Amino acid sequence: MPAGMSVEIENIRKLYHTRRGEDVEALSEVSTSIQAGEFVSVVGPSGCGKSTMMMLVSGLIKPSAGRIMVDHEMVTRPRSGVGIVFQRDVLLEWRSVLDNVLLPIEIKHLSRAAYVDKARDLLRLVGLEGFEAKYPSELSGGMRQRVAICRALVQEPGLLLMDEPFGALDALTREQMNVDLQRMWSLAGNTVVFITHSIEEAVFLSDRVLVMSPRPGRVVADLQVDLDRPRGSVARKDSKLVGLVDHIRHLFQVHGVLSEK
Amino acid sequence: METPAQGLGAEPRNRPSAGARLRLWLTDQGTPVLVVLLLLLAWEVAVRLFKVPQFILPGPWEIVRRMVVDWRLILANSTVTIEETLIGFAVSTLVGIPLAIGIVYSPLFEKVSYTVIVSLQTIPKVALAPILVLWFGYGLMPKVAVAFLISFFPIVISTVVGLRSVEQEMIYLARSLGASELQTFIKIRFPKALPNTFGGLKVGIGEAVVGSVVGEFIAAEKGLGYLQLVSNVHLDTVLTFAAVVAISLVGVVLFYAMSAVERLVIPWHQATQGR
Repeated sequence: MPAGMSVEIENIRKLYHTRRGEDVEALSEVSTSIQAGEFVSVVGPSGCGKSTMMMLVSGLIKPSAGRIMVDHEMVTRPRSGVGIVFQRDVLLEWRSVLDNVLLPIEIKHLSRAAYVDKARDLLRLVGLEGFEAKYPSELSGGMRQRVAICRALVQEPGLLLMDEPFGALDALTREQMNVDLQRMWSLAGNTVVFITHSIEEAVFLSDRVLVMSPRPGRVVADLQVDLDRPRGSVARKDSKLVGLVDHIRHLFQVHGVLSEK
Repeated sequence: METPAQGLGAEPRNRPSAGARLRLWLTDQGTPVLVVLLLLLAWEVAVRLFKVPQFILPGPWEIVRRMVVDWRLILANSTVTIEETLIGFAVSTLVGIPLAIGIVYSPLFEKVSYTVIVSLQTIPKVALAPILVLWFGYGLMPKVAVAFLISFFPIVISTVVGLRSVEQEMIYLARSLGASELQTFIKIRFPKALPNTFGGLKVGIGEAVVGSVVGEFIAAEKGLGYLQLVSNVHLDTVLTFAAVVAISLVGVVLFYAMSAVERLVIPWHQATQGR
């Protein structure tokens, strides 16, 4: 079982150059520290730079200032041991479910035979046993996203980055996915950075919630979620959870993201 | 838990009986067939009723009769046209797909080649045919060249569109896994482009038929275009029509052959169309 990776974000800024030659500040002076094995959500309004933050941690883009350490190593480019899930599942339509899950293994030239069982286990864990040979087009949206999660987990990443992974799903499927993700995470023991704009989802899933301000994004609150696991549908009505959700909603009101009018 | 069986049309439905299938086919395909038959009938009736001279407009019955009588002549010329078409089309594919790859991967190459390709595309190929005959003579070459010139444009454009259709997230994912440019191309970009490419190939193969027939119009000693031209000169209008029907048949057959290849190569895409 791989241990989770720690993440240190130190004073990062990210500027984007627009076509008109102006600089837009997506992230401004963000610092935080994520422990190994921690489940941390980042909530914020659209355009607050939370996706940018995930991209920076993945090493796919570089910060304009500051630095990011993953597992005590500075991130300069994508590194191994990091799994990514996007809002769109981006499954390869010409590959079976099983072959989609095994894509990372193939790209890294690892032995397929050594990971087939792992892939099947993961699919069973998300209720997709018997769907291994199907094409993605034969699956529902929720099932497709489950496959995408299995694909991210097949190489047993120490860090799982998720960018609004359930944003395109209907509310019921989304709730179920939250429960399933929690179960998978508790088995895998990896660190998760979970980007969402759903306050309730963030609180339900996380050990800690980082609340971001509108652009330029800053972390305006860092909240601990002291709620027993595993959390089920009962936990959603827990007064602690409801209180935290209200608190975050209030923070968004203060920052002008939510308005009563 | 979302029940896995939900949202799936994959369960085999009970197969209907032969009679029910025939009825289904008749309601599905029967109407268009019936409309075509009625149009042909109207044509036949009109020709007989108004006593239209055969060298102006023969009836469909006469055309079919002639095709049966002269089947050797038509088949021999069809083979020639098919050969020209297939060679021209093959060259189009072999040139078009690498060209599309070059366009997608090199902005400079894109700027240069797009100008050339688009300007070439805007020239009517009929206008080029005499020049090609001047260069390549009366044989196979000029027809292949026209077929190539007319059919490679849709193949290039559709492949470019397909190669560009990969989602940014997919590229990110590949990069995060440390995939090389070559791996990304082979495992992601190229297969992703195939449905578009096949769209282009299906358009292209029809165009290639037009190309070889146009080539035959200019200078030829055989082929369906030649047959049509010669019969026209002799006022053998029935044979002219027979040749036209044969050209159309060649196009239809090649198109469906291409569709069959498509189903073989990208069966997963058929699945996305729910067929």
